[in-house]
Amino acid sequence: MAAHLSYGRVNLNILREAARKELREFLDKCAGSKAIVWDEYLTGPFGLIAQYSLLKEHEVEKMFTLKSGRLPSAEVKNIIFFVRPRLELMDIIAENVFREDKLHSSRDFHILFVPRRSLLCEQRLKEQGVLGSFINIDEYILDLIPYDGDLLSMEYESAFRECYLENDQTSLYHTAKGLMTLQALYGTIPQIYGKGECARHVANMMLRMKREFAGSQNQILPVFDTLLLLDRNVDLLTPLATQLTYEGLIDEIYGISNGYVKLPPEKFAQKKQGEASKDLPTEPKKLQLNSAEELYAEIRDKNFNAVGAALSKKAKIISAAFEERHNAKTVGEIKQFVSQLPHMQAARSSLANHTSIAELIKDITTSEAFFDNLTVEQEFMTGVDTDKVNIYIEDSIAQKDPLIKILRLVCMQSVCNNGLKQKVLDYYKREILQTYGYEHILTLNNLEKVGLLKPQTSSRNNYPTIRKTLKLWMEDANEQNPNDISYVYSGYAPLSIRLTQVLARPGWRSIEEVLKMLPGPHFEERQQLPAGLHKKRQQGENRTTLVFFLGGVTYAEIAALRFLSQMEDSGMEYIIATTKLINGTTWIKSLMDRPESQTP
Amino acid sequence: MAFITANWNPLGEAFYRKTELYEMCWTLRDGLRDSLVAAAPYGGPIALLRESHRRSPSSRPQLEIYSASGVAIASFPWKSGPVVQLGWTVSDELLCVQEDGSVLIYDLFGSFKRHFSMGQEVVQSQVLEAKVFHSPYGTGIAIVTGSSRFTLATNIDDLKLRRLPEVPGLQGKPSCWVVLTQDRQTKVLLSNGPELYILDNTSCTAVCPPGLSPQAGSIVHMSVSFSYKYLALFTDTGHLWTGSSDLQDKLSEVDTKKTTTPKQMVWCRRPKSQQPSVVLMWDRLLMVTGVCNDTIQFPIEDPCVLVGELDGVRIISSVYQELLQEVPLVCQDIFKIASMAPGALLLEAHREYEKSSQKADEYLREIKEQSMLGEAVRQCVEAASHEYDTSTQKSLLRAASFGKCFLTDFNPDVFVSTCRELRVLNAVRESSVGMPLTHTQFKQMTLQVLIDRLVYRQFYQLAIEICHYLKIPDYQGVSRVLKHWASCKVQQKDLSDESIARAVCVKVGDSPGVSYSHIAAKAYECGRTELAIKLLDFEARAGEQVPLLLKMKRSQLALSKAVESGDTDLVYTVVTYLKNEMNRGDFFMTLRNQPVALSLYRQFCKLQEQDTLKDLYNQDDDHHELANYYVTASYREKRLDTRLSLLQSAVDEYNKAKNEFAAKATEDEMRLLRFQRKLDDEKGAGLLGLSLQATMEALLALGLHKQAEQLYRDFRVPDKRYWWLKLKSLAEKEEWEELEKFSRSKKSPIGYLAFIEVCMKCNNKYEAKKYVSKVTPEQKVKAHLAISDLEGAADAAIERRNDSEMGAVLSRCSASHQLLIERLNRARAAAAKK
Repeated sequence: MAAHLSYGRVNLNILREAARKELREFLDKCAGSKAIVWDEYLTGPFGLIAQYSLLKEHEVEKMFTLKSGRLPSAEVKNIIFFVRPRLELMDIIAENVFREDKLHSSRDFHILFVPRRSLLCEQRLKEQGVLGSFINIDEYILDLIPYDGDLLSMEYESAFRECYLENDQTSLYHTAKGLMTLQALYGTIPQIYGKGECARHVANMMLRMKREFAGSQNQILPVFDTLLLLDRNVDLLTPLATQLTYEGLIDEIYGISNGYVKLPPEKFAQKKQGEASKDLPTEPKKLQLNSAEELYAEIRDKNFNAVGAALSKKAKIISAAFEERHNAKTVGEIKQFVSQLPHMQAARSSLANHTSIAELIKDITTSEAFFDNLTVEQEFMTGVDTDKVNIYIEDSIAQKDPLIKILRLVCMQSVCNNGLKQKVLDYYKREILQTYGYEHILTLNNLEKVGLLKPQTSSRNNYPTIRKTLKLWMEDANEQNPNDISYVYSGYAPLSIRLTQVLARPGWRSIEEVLKMLPGPHFEERQQLPAGLHKKRQQGENRTTLVFFLGGVTYAEIAALRFLSQMEDSGMEYIIATTKLINGTTWIKSLMDRPESQTP
Repeated sequence: MAFITANWNPLGEAFYRKTELYEMCWTLRDGLRDSLVAAAPYGGPIALLRESHRRSPSSRPQLEIYSASGVAIASFPWKSGPVVQLGWTVSDELLCVQEDGSVLIYDLFGSFKRHFSMGQEVVQSQVLEAKVFHSPYGTGIAIVTGSSRFTLATNIDDLKLRRLPEVPGLQGKPSCWVVLTQDRQTKVLLSNGPELYILDNTSCTAVCPPGLSPQAGSIVHMSVSFSYKYLALFTDTGHLWTGSSDLQDKLSEVDTKKTTTPKQMVWCRRPKSQQPSVVLMWDRLLMVTGVCNDTIQFPIEDPCVLVGELDGVRIISSVYQELLQEVPLVCQDIFKIASMAPGALLLEAHREYEKSSQKADEYLREIKEQSMLGEAVRQCVEAASHEYDTSTQKSLLRAASFGKCFLTDFNPDVFVSTCRELRVLNAVRESSVGMPLTHTQFKQMTLQVLIDRLVYRQFYQLAIEICHYLKIPDYQGVSRVLKHWASCKVQQKDLSDESIARAVCVKVGDSPGVSYSHIAAKAYECGRTELAIKLLDFEARAGEQVPLLLKMKRSQLALSKAVESGDTDLVYTVVTYLKNEMNRGDFFMTLRNQPVALSLYRQFCKLQEQDTLKDLYNQDDDHHELANYYVTASYREKRLDTRLSLLQSAVDEYNKAKNEFAAKATEDEMRLLRFQRKLDDEKGAGLLGLSLQATMEALLALGLHKQAEQLYRDFRVPDKRYWWLKLKSLAEKEEWEELEKFSRSKKSPIGYLAFIEVCMKCNNKYEAKKYVSKVTPEQKVKAHLAISDLEGAADAAIERRNDSEMGAVLSRCSASHQLLIERLNRARAAAAKK
């Protein structure tokens, strides 16, 4: 079921299994039939750990969504609340419990806090007078969730907002805890590098926690050689740019959530012969996207312009494979062919799905609007006219294009110009407020607070220096047969990944100047390994680095890292971890404030 | 060496030997006479309560504590009531049972720890006799009172007093009694004249030992073995009955021919031995009695005390201490005269080898011929572990090591561990330490307990060396020693806080598993709050540190520690605590110094207490956030005037924050709201809440051009956006004439291609065409293409000699435009030539 997690350099299935074991243990603690009441936010992340079948095996008979009022009736012995430790949820639970008691008195209540129990919440339950009603109050430590063979995500949506806007470092605490769990399973990571305030904070907490656990020395041979912690605000530019890999575009256009995407159904109508497509399906088509699907693993990280060729090549291989049946003469050959049939059929349906998706995407990428938008982005990234009001943005506002698109572009211009001239900034802001409403002043304030928008200060624009030193723009990006990570944005090489690349070779010392221009400290820490655990490296054996993006990472950045892992001479393999998979749209959205207007 | 069997005494099949453990270090003026003595098993400490020799009522007895070797540990005058019994707990604490039933507990160093009572009624009736016993539950106490009632406490650390049922016909104390632990139950066995009773929780049952001769008389002394398995009964006719303690089986009955009651009677038996024996002591005689009718008799000169051990009996006199035990079988095999056991031969072989004699080879051959070399080595190793004399240990181990050389597949683990353990045992047996443990006892009590006991005695250095030597993981070994050391250190009153903290820090450092908060809690218990705080500073686990700081009312410090830990839940916990403890002003001031806590609290308020949020911003003069707060609040407001007044507050705050832009924007918003309200009132336009752009759009849609125009001017809307708006609006309403008029009103800031595109969107090619001539030369081709006029587009492109534009036109051509294609291609070629 989760075999794809174990194919990678690091067997992430161990982590998943550990998480499943803990879940089973908790469920068995509540003997008898159960109903789970879900904090809706958790269902997605939990889906990556355990399907309903696992819950069912442990006598979970009903599932409800947590909402105020009375709990639905169910003939079960136990009611278990799976919740994040949030005060507002405690109030709902209290109401549920309060209203329940009068009807049935025989049902037992339990709470499972994810990812950690909280004194504050328990206090609240106590104030509400229901704390005593719970038989079990437990925590389910789910920090890092295995998302794919080389990818871990905390699925912590608000991490960036909390860290940089609200100065709430809860997510960093969970990050550090998650990394400790990871080290408990995969060995102490001997080297830690980092860049940014949050990275520093996480590293400090890790070292501190290591002291707390002191004594139980970890005797596991380290799987990871290096941990690199990167603050998202070190590279604000990359998520703003439109991703141009296949997976990146699916996410940009349709949004991938907890590994699933919902697509418009028209293209996926089952075409049966003789039956005209009378009734088109109206439900969106839901597809799971991960490396378990062979074809998807092959094309997900390609530049979209190279996907067409890959799909047609695959089509030829598959039809050639089906043609084989004509060559199968002997019984043995036929048997061989038949045994491969299920696999081939799966490949064919996978091909059909992705051809449909590619068509959907192509309609958009070939549109003029997409092209114009991309042109402006690339102009900004190459530093063309970043210091004046951009006509395209102006026109887009006049056309009332979606606000998030405007914000992405304006922020991008600001980042590429190291801030906008006060006049230009005020102009944009006025345009936005007048067109989209004055309530967005709060959002604009937020964007300024996190540094995505800022007035130019006297210091000169250092973006060109950064761009040149780190070779962020490559004129001759090869989309079909890439030789550099810049292919993921058709020219722009993501800053975050360049930093990772340089760290591996030749090392950050070569770019001290640039590192100083980027926000936050950069640092290196070493963790002592017990004697006997120092790896004796085989010749030609790759090193493994865990890159942790604090505040989110895009699919294109992941693609770039996978590209680096596959490069023959890189000598480095990357495993990626993040608080949340993001794109420019979801990211900006998380920073927006929308006061709910009471005006009728 | 040759006389190793000199002190062996045969008893039936077995041999018994007396080994001198120590020449006692103490000097006791009156020997052990007239003293209450308690010596703990496993080589534990000895306590003496000595009556003062000046027998005056004012003089007080002296309580003295010694190590097993007689090194003085503590001595102090006894100021409390008369003591009936002394005893030691499993964790080396001294129990003093007083006549009034109260039990005082002292540590090894004579400092009082706590006390408890064996029951109120005892105060009246008085304790006649008491016994301290050990069971799987811990250390227990049993007493018999003046009213002939027994009371039991099976575990003094979890005190539950049990008063046992009355014994029929018992007056005063019984002639003798013992405490038995059987089937997880603690019982008392007592004899009263000729009767023998078992007392348990609920009943008193008369019993009779099987096979006790009727003429044996009444039982005057009894003793239970170390393991509670065997029982010995001594009668007034000098008969000694031995059997199982459940009184089911009889082992033997021996006539000692002594009619006086022995002073002490103790079982002497090693585990697995088939030969249990009992040691009886009278004033001048020590007798070992076995199952067989044999006895061994030793004369004694001095009053002695017997201490029953797991595998023997220690005999303590005022001068010497000896261990009496059955000679272990393996030692018998090796050392028995003319023994031919493999171990004995190997020892002999090695002895010859050291003399460089070829006889060594002969002996070896003899063992090897029987293929017994492995067994020989094993015997030597095992025998070494039982020997007390280091030179005997050495010669046995050397022999083993020698024999090992001739074996190819011998597992050395036992040899190595025995060497190590012996080294440790020899170290703790040293007179200065004084723990005369046998190897069997050591294995039984485990290394963990040995280290604990060294720690109780404050032999920290030795304990740590042992931990290092035996390579015990730090958190099981060194750390535990350090933890205890530190807890002890903080109680040293003569040292300053500073120097103690430093000393602790230097020694403990980052040792795994040592909890600084535990040490700090100890310091706090002793009233040294400052020291506790200093120590807590070293604590890595904030989860431990913070609650203790709160308990000590160091809330500010607790807050900063919580913040340092990064555990936000912990921060919230402290913040909630502070909020309840402090007045609001102080609370806010405290938060102000902790930005992280402050922002967390703000988050909390944002969700839970909006009003507090405002106060917080006010307190901090954070005008910008305050303004944002008012803006947010304004949207929650239904009534327009309240909304406007909130926005006015926002404007004021933005001004104070010197954010001119935001102030201006908010003023604009108010202006727009007023305008909307006015028009809504006048025309019912339904504008309130729309953005400026949407408002203008709505106005244009309603045909209220003048009002739209007014907004455009008042709000200084850029021409471009307004033109777009008006263009779209007019096209949508298909007011083509109006549109044309508008296009002529002045030069279009958005160019004319926009006009064409918008018209085309409304499917009006006719109108679109009107604007083609007006577009700039650069947009000519696009304009023509927009209205699908390929000819025109081609003309324009060719005129401009622009290759890419010609290409763009070509891409739109289909086969039916053959002529056009050719023309374009020619022009392209021509352009390329130039």
